[in-house]
Amino acid sequence: MAENREAEHVSTSESEQSDFIEPEIRRKDTEEPFINVDYEALEEYDSQPSGVIHELVRQCSHDDGKNLSSNDEISGGEEARSESEQASSDMEKVSLKPQELPEEELDETQTAEWRERKKHIFILSESGKPVYSRYGNEDKLVTIMGLLQALVSFVHDSNKDNIRCIVAGDHKFVFLVRDHLLLVGVCCSQDSPHQILHQLSYLYNQILSVLTHTTLNKIFKQRRNYDLRRLLSGAEKFLDNLLHMIDTDASFLLGAVRCLPLDSQIRDQIAQSVGQQAKVKDLVFALILANNQLVTLVRMKKYFLHPMDLHLIINLVNSSESFKAAESWIPICLPKFDSSGYLQAHISYLDEGCQTCLLLLSVDRESFFTLSECKNKILERLNKYNGLRAISDSIANSSYGIRQCGISDLRHFLYKSRSTAQFTSPEIEAPYLKPEEQERLFGLYLYLHHRIHMTDRPLKILYHVGQHETLLGWLTQGFELYAVFGPLVTKPVAIAAINKLLRWIKKEEEHLFILSSVTF
Amino acid sequence: MKSIEAKVVVLGSQAVGKTSVVIRYVGGMFSKAVSPTIGASFFTYKLTLNNYRMKLQVWDTAGQERFRSMAPMYYRKANAAMLVYDITSEDSFYDIKDWVSELKKNVDTPIVMCLVGNKNDLEESREVNVKDAQEYADSIGALFHETSALKNVGVEEAFLQVAQQLVKLYESSPNSGLYSIDLDQSSSSQNPDSSGGSFQLPPDKSSTANAAGSKCAC
Ligand SMILES: Nc1nc2c(ncn2[C@@H]2O[C@H](COP(=O)(O)OP(=O)(O)OP(=O)(O)O)[C@@H](O)[C@H]2O)c(=O)[nH]1
Ligand SMILES: [Mg+2]
Repeated sequence: MAENREAEHVSTSESEQSDFIEPEIRRKDTEEPFINVDYEALEEYDSQPSGVIHELVRQCSHDDGKNLSSNDEISGGEEARSESEQASSDMEKVSLKPQELPEEELDETQTAEWRERKKHIFILSESGKPVYSRYGNEDKLVTIMGLLQALVSFVHDSNKDNIRCIVAGDHKFVFLVRDHLLLVGVCCSQDSPHQILHQLSYLYNQILSVLTHTTLNKIFKQRRNYDLRRLLSGAEKFLDNLLHMIDTDASFLLGAVRCLPLDSQIRDQIAQSVGQQAKVKDLVFALILANNQLVTLVRMKKYFLHPMDLHLIINLVNSSESFKAAESWIPICLPKFDSSGYLQAHISYLDEGCQTCLLLLSVDRESFFTLSECKNKILERLNKYNGLRAISDSIANSSYGIRQCGISDLRHFLYKSRSTAQFTSPEIEAPYLKPEEQERLFGLYLYLHHRIHMTDRPLKILYHVGQHETLLGWLTQGFELYAVFGPLVTKPVAIAAINKLLRWIKKEEEHLFILSSVTF
Repeated sequence: MKSIEAKVVVLGSQAVGKTSVVIRYVGGMFSKAVSPTIGASFFTYKLTLNNYRMKLQVWDTAGQERFRSMAPMYYRKANAAMLVYDITSEDSFYDIKDWVSELKKNVDTPIVMCLVGNKNDLEESREVNVKDAQEYADSIGALFHETSALKNVGVEEAFLQVAQQLVKLYESSPNSGLYSIDLDQSSSSQNPDSSGGSFQLPPDKSSTANAAGSKCAC
C-alpha cells in the first residue's frame, strides 16, 4: 500500500512541530469527560502503585494481606541456577545451527508456518524465563527467549541504555521493558514500531489486570526465576484474545471506545436506572456492555475509567464464556486505576441470549449479595422502561452503513472524539467484505494513524493517494478522523466530503456517543 | 414448615468438573462447552426436604492456581463443602488433602464435607479406586460419592445427602451458622445432640424419600 503512493500532500502543524515528543497530544482538561483521557506517555507509566483501592477500602477484610502468602507459597521448582549460568547456557543454545539438531528436536521456530506469522509476541521474565508466546509452545522457544533477553541485557549493561527497536528487512523487533517483564513484538505487519510498543503495553497491563503489580513484585522479589506461567495458567486466552482484537478492532489503535448506538433518551434512562439502583457504598464503576460496545458507564464522582482499563474489561468479557453460566464474582485489577490491588467485579448477563452484560466493580470484597440485589433492581428497571429491548434492537440492527452518511466516494471512516475517548465508524461493506480485504483496510488505518502521529514529524492533515484508494487523515484539538475514499478523489473533493461528514456526525452525535456522564 | 438457607462451597483442582457437576444439579444438563471458571460463580437451588424448605447457595470456585488465594472468602462462611476430584487423575485426589487441611485449619464452625469423585464414566482411565477414596472420606468424616456429570450419575444423590446432613446439623447445633429464614427459631434445638460433630456423622441413606428439587435460574 504505502509503496504504491503516487502523490501525497502533507500539511504539518504550523508551529509546535518540535514540541511533540509523544504522538498523542496532552489535552487540557476543559470539560470533564466520563472517561479519563489523560494520555500518559508510555514510558511514564511505571509509577508507584497509586493505591486508590487501598484508600477506598475502609475496612480491610481479614485475609487481605494474605493474598499469596502463607498457604500459597511460591515454589517455582527446579531451577536454582544463577543468572549468568542461565544466560550463558542460553547463548550456547543460540549458537546451535538448525542443521545440527536431530530431527525430533527441531523446534517450532523451524517450521515455515511459524516463521511466516506476521506478528509474533514474546513475553519473558527478567531472567529470560518464557512467560508467553503468541504462537508455539513457550518451552520450545527458550532459545529465542534467551536471545531476546541477552539482547536487552547487553544493551542495558554495556550502555546503561534500553533497546527499543531493531529493523531487519521486513521485520521489526520492538522491545518493551517493564517491571519484571520483557515484552517483545516481532512483526512484519503494517504496524509501526510505536504502535507495536503501544500494543505491548496493553499486554503488560493485561498481565497486571490478572495478577496486580503488587503480586508481580512479590513473586519476583522472592524468586527471580519463578515460572510465571503457573500463575497465568488459564489467562493465556486473555492475551490471545487481546491480540486478536488489537489486530481487528480500531478501539485499541485509537485508544477509544465504541458506544452502542442508542436513542439518547433511552440511553439516559438506562444510565439513570443503573445510577439509582446501584447507589451502594464502595461501588466504583457500574457499566453495561453489549457486543463489545459501551452502553452506559456510571462512576464514583472522583474516579475515571481510563479507556485502556475499559478495553481490558471488554477483553475479559469477550473472552470468557463462563460468565454466561451464572453470576460471577471475580477479582480484577485495572492498572490505570490502581495497579496495586484488585477491584471485585460482579458480572452477570441481563438477557437470555447473553448479549447484554452488567459489571459492577467494587472495592468491597464482601459485597456480592448487595450487588446481586442491585443487579436485580437494575434488571427490573430496564425491563420496565424497555431499556433491554432497545439494547437488543440496536445490536440486531447493526449500527449504520456508509450510505447513510450520504457522501459519494467515501468508503469507510474512523472518527474519534478526543475529549470523550469514544469513536464511531460505519459497518464494513464492499469492497472490504473478504477477510484479507478487511485486513488491508485495517492496514490503511494503521498507516494513516502512524503518519499522522509520527513522533518526529506529526501532521495535522494527510492526503494520500494510494493504488486502490485515497486516504485522508485529519487531527484537530477535538477529533481525529481517518477516511478512506475510492481512488481518483482529489484533495478539494475529499476535504469537502469530510466537512459534510463532520456535519453528519454532529447531527448523529447524541445517537452515537455518550455525551453526559453519570455519577453515583 | 421451616426454611433453611445454607452455603455450599465447591472446591477442587482445575478441570475436575466442579462446574459441570453444579450445572448438572442446578440446571439439569451437561454442556460440553463449559469453560474454566473465572473467580467464582454463584448458583442457588431450592428444594424441600422432610419438613424443611431449603435454599442452597452454591459457590462454584475456580480451580486455576491464581484464584487459590480467593478460596477463604468462600469457605469461611460455608456450611458445606463439596470436595471434587477427577477419578482419572490421582493428582487431583491428592490435592483434596490440601483442601481438607486448609479447611480444618481455617474453619471453626461445623461444616459438612462431601468427597466427590467425578468423571466415573471414564472407568478405563481410572487412577483413584473407590476403596481408597471411601477410606479417606471415612477418615476425615466426610460423605463420599462418585459421580458423572456427563452421564448424570450420583450428582443428585451427593447434593441430597449433603442437604440431609445440613438439616441434621441445623437441628443439632444452633450455632452452626446455618441461616434460618423463618422467625420460628424456638424449635431449632429440639434434638439436643450438642456435640455439633458434623464431621463424624455417618452416611445415612434411608430418608431420601420426599425430596423435591425445584430449579432457580439465576
Ligand atoms: N467424561 C466426563 N467429563 C467431564 C465430566 N464432568 C466434567 N467433564 C469435563 O471436564 C472438563 C472440565 O469441566 P469443568 O466443569 O469446567 O471443570 P471445573 O472443575 O469447573 O474447572 P475450573 O472451573 O477450571 O476449576 C470439561 O471438558 C468437561 O466437559 C464427567 O462427569 N465426565
Ligand atoms: Mg469451573
